[in-house]
Amino acid sequence: MSQTPYLLVKQARGSSRPTGLDYITNLFQGFLEFHGDRRYGDDPAVVGGVAWLGGSPVTVIAIEKGHTAKERSARNFGAPNPEGYRKALRLMKQAEKFGRPVICIIDTSGACCGIGAEERGQGQAIAENLMEMSTLCVPVISLLIGEGGSGGALALAVADRVWMLENAVYSVISPEGCASILWKDAAKAEEAAASLKLTAQDALGLGVVDRVLSEADLGRQPFYQRLRGMLRQELQILAADPDLVSKRYSRYRRMGTETLRG
Amino acid sequence: MAFINFLKPKNQLEEGGRTAAPVHEDAGEPEKTCPNCHKPIPLSRLWANHLVCPCGYHFRMNARQRLAFIADKDSFQELFPQLRGGDPLQFPGYTAKLETVRSVSGETEAVICGTAALDGQKCCLFVMDPYFMMGSMGTAVGEKITRLFEYAAERRLPVIGFTVSGGARMQEGLLSLMQMAKTSAAVKRHSDAGLLYIAVLTDPTTGGVTASFAMEADILLAEPGATIGFAGARVVEQTTKKALPKGFQSAEFVLSHGFVDSLIPREGQKQTLSEILRLHQGGTT
Ligand SMILES: [Zn+2]
Repeated sequence: MSQTPYLLVKQARGSSRPTGLDYITNLFQGFLEFHGDRRYGDDPAVVGGVAWLGGSPVTVIAIEKGHTAKERSARNFGAPNPEGYRKALRLMKQAEKFGRPVICIIDTSGACCGIGAEERGQGQAIAENLMEMSTLCVPVISLLIGEGGSGGALALAVADRVWMLENAVYSVISPEGCASILWKDAAKAEEAAASLKLTAQDALGLGVVDRVLSEADLGRQPFYQRLRGMLRQELQILAADPDLVSKRYSRYRRMGTETLRG
Repeated sequence: MAFINFLKPKNQLEEGGRTAAPVHEDAGEPEKTCPNCHKPIPLSRLWANHLVCPCGYHFRMNARQRLAFIADKDSFQELFPQLRGGDPLQFPGYTAKLETVRSVSGETEAVICGTAALDGQKCCLFVMDPYFMMGSMGTAVGEKITRLFEYAAERRLPVIGFTVSGGARMQEGLLSLMQMAKTSAAVKRHSDAGLLYIAVLTDPTTGGVTASFAMEADILLAEPGATIGFAGARVVEQTTKKALPKGFQSAEFVLSHGFVDSLIPREGQKQTLSEILRLHQGGTT
């Protein structure tokens, strides 16, 4: 049976799962990386560019954590700075201009928590992505492949379809953060992880994600082949939909309305 | 005009580091000691001055106080007053906590929405409440903000919003997180219709509210001394193990980094907001 939610969180943080770049390399062909946000810098935690998915060009944006200690440090452990979110938005706008679908691959414990990030408007950068992605007129599919840490993950997950790997996690706050704020005791992270309902099945039940992807063969060719097929099929459906943007609005519009009263 | 020639108030908090700011508690004492100048101020004097100390320190204000202060007399008409959230995750202790907060505050949720007039100019208004679970955004707050922007877009009204929030409400988990996307989409629709949105960021505006509708206004104003940021200052300090710069995440700091348009002391707020509304009415020729 499945593991405890807190164990899933710990595993998602580990370095053995495939990272964003692994997905880029194995799902697509001829990836051409485009750097920089044209505002301030180039964030190594966010990798973006164009590639072929079968016979179609797509824009791909991934949060990259790295595998080795050296890679992880160079990628800022997959914690994007405002520049990363602005690079992502720049590439999404480019995709919109040229009519390419966007595929976002998300794996982050959260947006970078630093002095520079605050000075350069971390909150503003995320807010702008949420706003702009809501009306992007090309199909957007977001994949949650490991950690989905709060606003830093959501900033790439305002999409027509959000898919999540079966052992990935998606949460409004880390279990440790939640436990220390609510119960003044970070040791209660285990309990917090269970209460936060952060597993893929929970997210599916809450209507936050549309599909949970099996991890059978995770990281092997059959896994990528299967996922590639699903992406191509879904993009075909989305590309033919004339009401894409209004359906995306409705997708988020209904979130959380079920338990409201009055 | 005061709006343009902003004078930075003396703020000793910057010397002490903003994390050291004591939390202001509402109680019935006749005097209050200012956390900035450390002088006692008679409550009556504080009230007469819209909860601003003579030294310039802005005390927190609850949502009803702010409404009374900013809207024309008797002009405010509340929208969706009955709307309230449940406990979608069955989060430990949340239902009981909500009940307590509701009975103590007399409010049903952390934001009040409605229509109002400012010097006779009609607008939609939302005011968040720091005393309702620190203005945190759960499903009800997200729904109220979204409905207000939809209401304003339908009737072609500008929106003025006073933000104060600790961020997304963790007891509603992912559904709280999704409110960031939901409110942002509603702001975008209102904006794409060519309509005006002014946000006034008050102490504190942080986390998921900063990273959504607070930062999405056409015109961003802030109260002097307010803490404005995404990550909490203490978390940044612990994560980076670096000393925070002077005045880190203060409204003055955010202004100097280019993320708000202007600081407006409480005293001139209504006049400034009213003038901005007038500037967007098109003039006469
Ligand atoms: Zn004072």
